Amino acid sequence: MNTTKSTDARTNSHRRTLKRQQTNQIATVVITGVAGLVVLPIILVILYIFINGIGAISWEFLTAKPRNGMTEGGIMPALLGTLLLTFGTGIVCIPLAIGAAIYLAEYAGDNRLTRWVRLAIVNLAGIPSIVYGLFGLGMFVLFLNFGTSIVAGSLTLGIMTLPVVISTAEEAILAVPQEFRVVSQSLGATRWQTIRHQVLPHAIPGIITGVILGLSRAAGETAPILFTVAAFYLPDLPQSVFDQTMALPYHLYVIATQVPGMPLEIQYGTALVLLLLVLSLTLIATVIRTNMRRRRDW
Amino acid sequence: MQAKISVQNVSYTYADGTEALKHVSLTIRANEIFVLFGPARSGKTTLLRLFNRLSDLTPGADYRGTILVDGQDVFALGVNVTDLRRRIGMVFAVPTPLPGSIRGNLTYGPHMAGIRDTALLNERIERSLTQAALWDEVKDRLDHPASRLSGGQKQRLCIARSLMLEPEVLILDNPTSGLDPISTSMVEESLYELKQQYTVIMVPHSVQQGARVATRAAFMLDGELVEIDTAERMFKHPKDQRTEDYITGRFG
Repeated sequence: MNTTKSTDARTNSHRRTLKRQQTNQIATVVITGVAGLVVLPIILVILYIFINGIGAISWEFLTAKPRNGMTEGGIMPALLGTLLLTFGTGIVCIPLAIGAAIYLAEYAGDNRLTRWVRLAIVNLAGIPSIVYGLFGLGMFVLFLNFGTSIVAGSLTLGIMTLPVVISTAEEAILAVPQEFRVVSQSLGATRWQTIRHQVLPHAIPGIITGVILGLSRAAGETAPILFTVAAFYLPDLPQSVFDQTMALPYHLYVIATQVPGMPLEIQYGTALVLLLLVLSLTLIATVIRTNMRRRRDW
Repeated sequence: MQAKISVQNVSYTYADGTEALKHVSLTIRANEIFVLFGPARSGKTTLLRLFNRLSDLTPGADYRGTILVDGQDVFALGVNVTDLRRRIGMVFAVPTPLPGSIRGNLTYGPHMAGIRDTALLNERIERSLTQAALWDEVKDRLDHPASRLSGGQKQRLCIARSLMLEPEVLILDNPTSGLDPISTSMVEESLYELKQQYTVIMVPHSVQQGARVATRAAFMLDGELVEIDTAERMFKHPKDQRTEDYITGRFG
């Protein structure tokens, strides 16, 4: 009687152990599977666009103007326009964002200005991109009278990009060890000398990463440029920053929805170029970050 | 002897309400090795960081009293803080070389002060490293990264780095905390050399170390100055019971 009971107990405990192990295995499989699922869409999207679009890519496609109602020729004006806009976005966004990040990380006390700056950044990050577009239309195109132009588009994209770049730059600056600042100032360096010589050089890789990620987002946006700069069809290149230009994301939207009889291959080809542009920016950011991290000696 | 640093009735409370110093008054004389000792959190580092106003980096604190360096109030309006920090060098408990070469570490302070004359800098590099007892070990690899030095070498580099600015006062806040006995004795030996030229203020790693190096000493406890005297009397015949208890190892 007694033996049976203890055997029962042992079998029960054995069974429970088995069950725990099974649950553990199932959990591992499920969690790994879910994580894998995250990678799947990005691979599918890239593959799908690559397979359908690669046929359209040629030297002519990249360097020729669109012809015959955009159904033939290339995408050169749109590609160049997007590069110009990305560059302009950088000019607007980089000084402002780095200045703000240095202020927040190095100078900001707990005062009203700091609270306003932080509130502004959080809110800027939450504004839908179409609202930026309308703001750019009202503020830069109409009120400041820049017209539908590269200037107006760059300013709009630049403001939209600010929050991302400010936050990554601030994090990069805060990641520089506090001792460097204390030691530097104990050696008679001023606050600015300390920032210039001991903080920024070590924060630069992180800041560059943030800038590139911000710019790659700006390069792919449609809504902010819709009313501020993008031209429906303008094969001639812009002559000044106050001219309109074509841009890849908007061009893609146009040829995909607004032009009847558009060959599918050109649509996919355009999408592929835009995708590669944005992905290569992200790749550059990653390479810079890994390289700099390996080189630092602290 | 004349007062190099004079602390008059100084109280200091951190932003979080911690009372780090309570009515501390003491005088540090020129060309002595002044040892400031006491248990952890007794206010030693807080006091030292007021001398060169590194305390400015911890905002929100409440400071009362007066600190005079050569008779000049360091917190007076119009005091040139960077100049004050060049006159009062500081070495920290953890060796903190800046990223870069040995030479880069040494020339950083002078560069920030606008001194760029290579001949002058090289002369100072040799003298500072010699005074910090490091010259022989690094003279052939001044352009190597400072991060590859051993812990003891790093700390001596930090001492040499402070000496590059030819300070009048050198503050050493527990400079041998992480060092092995050999490195410790090398740092201690360099102190006797330094005393000829500088006023040295030091928080020792242990009471024994304090007794070995001090000219005069002060014992601090809970933010108060308990006793200040010559090293001879302080470590052999302390007047205060608390000092005696601490020195003989009954607490702390």
